[in-house]
Amino acid sequence: MTVLPIGGGTGGARGAARRQRPDPAVRRASRTAVRRALPFATPFLILFLAIYVIPICYSVYQSLFTVNRSGLGLTASEPKFTGLTNYARALNDPAFLGSLRRVLFIGAVQVPVMLLTALALALLIDAKVAPGTKIYRIIYFLPYALPGVIAGLMWSFLYAPTLSPVVRGLEAIGVDATFTSDAALPYSIMNILTWAWTGYNMIIIYSSLQSIPHDVVEAAALDGASKWKTAWSVKVPMVRPAIILTAVFSIIGTAQLYNEPVTMKAVAPNLSSDYTPIMSALKTLTSNYPYAATKAVLLAVLIGLCSAVFFRLTRQREPV
Amino acid sequence: MTARGARPGAGSGGVSGSDLSTSRPGGRGANSSGRGPGRAMGSDGSPLGRVGPASRALVMFVMTLFAIYCLAPVWWLMVGATKPAGTLFTGNGFWFTDISLIENLQTLFAAQNGVFLAWLRNSLAYAVGGALVSTLISVMMGYALAKYPFPGRRAVFGVVLAAVFIPAPIFAIPLYLMFSGTGIINTFWSVFIPCTVSPFGVYLARIYAAESVPDEVIEAGRIDGARELRIFFQVAIKMMAPAMLTIFLFQFVAIWTNYLLPSLMLSNARLQPVTVGLIAWQQLRGNPIGYSTVVTGALVSVAPIVILFLSLQNFWSKGLAAGAIK
Repeated sequence: MTVLPIGGGTGGARGAARRQRPDPAVRRASRTAVRRALPFATPFLILFLAIYVIPICYSVYQSLFTVNRSGLGLTASEPKFTGLTNYARALNDPAFLGSLRRVLFIGAVQVPVMLLTALALALLIDAKVAPGTKIYRIIYFLPYALPGVIAGLMWSFLYAPTLSPVVRGLEAIGVDATFTSDAALPYSIMNILTWAWTGYNMIIIYSSLQSIPHDVVEAAALDGASKWKTAWSVKVPMVRPAIILTAVFSIIGTAQLYNEPVTMKAVAPNLSSDYTPIMSALKTLTSNYPYAATKAVLLAVLIGLCSAVFFRLTRQREPV
Repeated sequence: MTARGARPGAGSGGVSGSDLSTSRPGGRGANSSGRGPGRAMGSDGSPLGRVGPASRALVMFVMTLFAIYCLAPVWWLMVGATKPAGTLFTGNGFWFTDISLIENLQTLFAAQNGVFLAWLRNSLAYAVGGALVSTLISVMMGYALAKYPFPGRRAVFGVVLAAVFIPAPIFAIPLYLMFSGTGIINTFWSVFIPCTVSPFGVYLARIYAAESVPDEVIEAGRIDGARELRIFFQVAIKMMAPAMLTIFLFQFVAIWTNYLLPSLMLSNARLQPVTVGLIAWQQLRGNPIGYSTVVTGALVSVAPIVILFLSLQNFWSKGLAAGAIK
């Protein structure tokens, strides 16, 4: 394949270049580019292959085998190639399907709440109505700097029955609060996620708001639009790409939920050890690796599908 | 931050458009206040005129309420770390009783033969070392993608970008098994090597290289007879310094907050980073390591990263803005 050595050759230009016989000068230029690029690209490419590409291929390959443990599992039998058997098994595994349903529910409730909050806060800060917006921005972003497990650990103590100052405080005023019952757990996890990521998403949307040209906003004001109206009908449509982006990242983030539920297990023993798909995969990591790989691959495919569908849905509305 | 983690950047905003590398006049570098080019021209006051005091009060109320929500757990952690061992869960959890932070710190650093200090050192080694290496190789790769029109570079960039969208645990699971087959498992390198790769860093570096290193500078270097590597290390790398700091920061935080990968790879407590160690303590449920010690440890473990983040605040918003602004 020959790419014209002019930066940013489009698909069309590439096609045209391929159809004609490549000009020797072009070929020479592209050979020079390869020779020059190699010393720069090699370190990253080797590591990228080793840490990203090969493991993914390895997962897919492994997922096609089945380990049959004989009897008590004393003798490790040879893995046998069984095609898509593991996938069929995973898609009929109530525990795995349950974990998928759980994160789907958590995402369906938490992501919209978080993003609407983030958007509202970004608009409020951008409107510059209140003083001290820089301090607010720093405070909102602070939770992002904390490791997910530390956030989980902190909130676990605040959720813990009988120990938590919040639970005891509510008790004192006659409210019997529980954050760790089976019914409450999804919401307790949603709260940790919202706490940790709203500020991060707010900053992304805010950055995008900052790039709206001043005259656009001014024009709306001259047309007599109120601040609220300007926010909703001028600013929000202009930061749509940023909102879509945060939504996709939030969907991906929820799908790989792991740190928060794992740390909450210390105060919520009722939290099952396959609460989320990643927990479910890790549960069989040592006993049945191919099955763990199958779950990981399925999850990656589902995440890809969800993101693609979401991009599609949100893009169709744009007049092209 | 494995869980929601593998998304250090909004970065891949780029996926939605192919015009990633188009330079924006007066972009990032030029306006450090983070304002867009258009706005920088405008008056500094309220762009839409004044609002009534009632609206202003309402806005401040909402913003303050959310600020309290963000700070409350951190405040509880700070207060908790100062409480005497037995009183963590008695009295008002959100206010100080007897300040005994020093005693708590002594208990923390003495516990299990001072393993906590080893965890801090490990976290620092993984995060500083991993971030340094990944910054350098990301910048080199990004520079190659931006400045050398080699065939297939779009495909390479596409694959790297796709990796930003795949959750980290998906890689951690097979890596664990691959490393298990070798002698790497349960060594420093089993965590360090994966930390040196940052697809997001390459993405950022490519944008910065395209924007901030003029082709003329490279050409001038060639005319002077300098080799490509020398042009890069003596000229281009200085122009990309802000990008490098941003990449370093993101990778540092990503490594410092990571839990899943090191928890899989390292069974030797002396090699673990502080996240893995602390969660192991938490799971002991108060015995023999008290909750008070866990809480103090959690505070100490987040202090470096919070300080880093507060002191380099500008670079954060820039890195995040890189992807969001088209």
